[in-house]
Amino acid sequence: MLRLLWLIPAIPCASFLLLALFGKRLPRGAVAAMGTGSIGLSMIASFLVAAAFIFERPGGLPFAQPLWTWLAVDGFAPVFGFYLDGLSVVMILVVSLVAFLIHLYSIGFMAGDEGYSRFFAYMNLFVGSMLILVLSDNLLALYLGWEGVGLCSYLLIGFWYREPENARAAMKAFLVTRVGDTAFAIGLFMLFTGLGTLQIQEIAQKAPMVWAPGSLFAAVAAALLLGGAVGKSAQIPLQTWLPDAMAGPTPVSALIHAATMVTAGVYLIARMNVLFMLAPQVRLILALVGTITLLTAGASALAQKDIKRVLAYSTMSQVGYMFLALGVGAWSAAIFHFMTHACFKALLFLSAGVVIQALDNEHDIFRMGGLRKALPWAFWTFLIGAASLSALPFVTAGFYSKDLILLGAWASPEGGHVLWAAGLAGAALTSLYAFRVVFVVFFGRQKAPISHTPGPSMKIPLALLSVLSIGAGLLEMPKALGNWTLLADLTHGALPAAGSAITGATTEGMLLAAGAVVPLLGLLAAGLLYLSGGASAAVQRIPGMSIVHRFWYSGWGFDWLYNAVFVAPFTWAARIDRGDGIDAFYEGTARIVKSARTLLVVTQSGKVRWYVMGVTIGAIVFILIAVLG
Amino acid sequence: MSFAFYIAGAVAIISTLLAVTRINAVHALLYLLVSLLSVALIFLFLGAPFVAAFEVIIYGGAIMVLFAFVVMMLGLGRKAMAQERGWLTLRVWLGPALLSAVLIIELFYVVYSGPFPAIRVVPTTPQDVAVRLFGPYLLGVELVSVVLLLGLVGAFHLAYQLGKKERAAHKRGMHP
Amino acid sequence: MSFAIPFEHAMMLAGILFFIGLAGVLVRRDSIFILLSLEVMLNAAGFALVVAGAQWHQADGQIMFLFILAVAASEVSIGLALVLWLYHWHKTIDIDKASSMRG
Repeated sequence: MLRLLWLIPAIPCASFLLLALFGKRLPRGAVAAMGTGSIGLSMIASFLVAAAFIFERPGGLPFAQPLWTWLAVDGFAPVFGFYLDGLSVVMILVVSLVAFLIHLYSIGFMAGDEGYSRFFAYMNLFVGSMLILVLSDNLLALYLGWEGVGLCSYLLIGFWYREPENARAAMKAFLVTRVGDTAFAIGLFMLFTGLGTLQIQEIAQKAPMVWAPGSLFAAVAAALLLGGAVGKSAQIPLQTWLPDAMAGPTPVSALIHAATMVTAGVYLIARMNVLFMLAPQVRLILALVGTITLLTAGASALAQKDIKRVLAYSTMSQVGYMFLALGVGAWSAAIFHFMTHACFKALLFLSAGVVIQALDNEHDIFRMGGLRKALPWAFWTFLIGAASLSALPFVTAGFYSKDLILLGAWASPEGGHVLWAAGLAGAALTSLYAFRVVFVVFFGRQKAPISHTPGPSMKIPLALLSVLSIGAGLLEMPKALGNWTLLADLTHGALPAAGSAITGATTEGMLLAAGAVVPLLGLLAAGLLYLSGGASAAVQRIPGMSIVHRFWYSGWGFDWLYNAVFVAPFTWAARIDRGDGIDAFYEGTARIVKSARTLLVVTQSGKVRWYVMGVTIGAIVFILIAVLG
Repeated sequence: MSFAFYIAGAVAIISTLLAVTRINAVHALLYLLVSLLSVALIFLFLGAPFVAAFEVIIYGGAIMVLFAFVVMMLGLGRKAMAQERGWLTLRVWLGPALLSAVLIIELFYVVYSGPFPAIRVVPTTPQDVAVRLFGPYLLGVELVSVVLLLGLVGAFHLAYQLGKKERAAHKRGMHP
Repeated sequence: MSFAIPFEHAMMLAGILFFIGLAGVLVRRDSIFILLSLEVMLNAAGFALVVAGAQWHQADGQIMFLFILAVAASEVSIGLALVLWLYHWHKTIDIDKASSMRG
């Protein structure tokens, strides 16, 4: 059963090929069946493999499935193969399940679109690449999956390519993540130079032997890998692409920019934990990056009025939490939060999609209102998603995962209490902005009529994700509440245990209480400000508030900064260099050809007798040559 | 007796010249007919009675008649003739005449370059021709029949398209 | 009758007839006259072949003339059909009017 492992990425890739080649000629039903069915098959295979792994592998022994040697050059012979351990099991389960539900949703959401088969082809390629990324045994193959998901992100953000805005957003995403990818590649070069291999397990064994903890080489390599993760996961400073990436269709935002691709960075760091354990400075940077991002993104989310942009900044913020967890050494907490985040963020995006579609592609929350009665499915599912996002206590999965991170932060030896406080403030912000959207969109007076209600293909995923957003927390409960450690047990082979000081039960209890109260406070504040008759208008009139609002709305001015520092000088230099030698060479060639054409076109008069004359003169010349020569 | 050859040759040249330069199409056809007849005579003098007959029958009897039919069908009247007269100025003739003259000189040079024995005329009977045709040149005969078929089908197709409007009018009961 | 005809004279005759036809093709603007001149050229070419056949005392020259004759016949029939089409389209048989393939 474990040998089915290679099918998990292979089926979506094969489906991509078929849809890319023949999709236009197939009827819509077949395209939907193939596109969604392939992910469904992959999901079933994931479940079977996971079951086999959990129940039949003693002690969580990892399973490796090498497939073929990719290339063999002078001592560099990476083997393309797949590797299954506790971490991979979690990843493939989450990715395939969420992807399947989103594909199911897309059948209904993208039903009227003319690029239907193109959409499913790209989505399948994405899922295939993502699965290659999480299953591969070799950093080179991981990079292949990394690039693949980046490509699909570009293709799907710019899916409606006829709008120039969408194309620009896709370019921006690709270019910004490229900066990260370059850092990643250089990191790979360094790893190979230092260790002579790119097989992940070999690196895990060799690195502690070759590099002492704290060595500069390891730190630089780890920092470069971190750079790649920062780009892909939209953390500061490479986060500017994610809000604009919302130009793509809502299922794309749900799958790529919420549940899976942006967490690829988290997976990379978790997978390479051995390397990061050798570089404590880099881990500190990791935690700081996560913390700063979670706070700034949370503030920005509070100022947005496009519902998808709120969710984008929210994603940025939640991935910041995951980075924070990784930085303080709470490895399995990060993966746990990834799991719950995938469920509730996808849920939020999908129900936002229902609202957007119902209001004919309206994204502005202040033009929506009172949709509680008109769109009950959207209301309840969005509410559950927002509750899980805000980590409302006990009933939501988000509570348990976020709480685990906060516990880990508190216990961290380097400034743990500061990090914990920042995380808690972030939780307050999260709850505030999440329920802001809930109250503004679903309560109050209805401002626009609805034209669409969701069909069954959209309702089923919403229902399933709602259940998961509530129930997935049961995998890992803190000691005070039952001490279930299913997830940590599963991944203990792959991830080191949270190397933190054991906190006493009372400390843990107090931290838990704080973590429970703060989101509720945020909910209360949101209600006070944004329910009809709320105080938000009064708050806006506080002097200086509008400047703060504009600053947060623009994502803390990063776009302006990068534009001034990088983009403007580059375009200026390109403009100045327009007439240089190389351009002149090419233009000159074109001009010469054009003038030659003007000369030669005279011989093409179109008249028969002219051509006969040409033949005659030719005959004369040739006979002369033959006779005289 | 060879002077007959020269007389026939002279007639051929003069009548061809006249044929090419006439304004009236029918005149040109008739002069060309004369040219063909004289060429047929020359064939006889060269001892090729078979092709002499063919020249008259097919070239003169079929191809020229076809031309005559088309000329009559087009019915180009006085206006066309006046147009022709306008086109055929001396200036127009100058260039091509020059080119042809150059080519004739070249031909002259080539033909007189090697000592060729004079043609000792021995009549080649149709029987000889037939033996060769149905022997080594059998494939050629078949191919020529295909070419004739091509001509037939092509001409038919082109003419069919031309007559479409008339046939449609005829069908609707309107007599053209 | 057995007499001798100089080979060069016969060839020159064929050549002169050919080049008269060529001049006709180059000069005349009327499609029918162009086809006429083409026939002259074909006839002259065949003439040259018959002369050569007579020189070598072989019937092959005549056979080649026969082939040329057949090709000329089919060419004329299609050519005249095309002239009729030209007239149908442009209401004139001026061949310079059919010059839309210029440039």
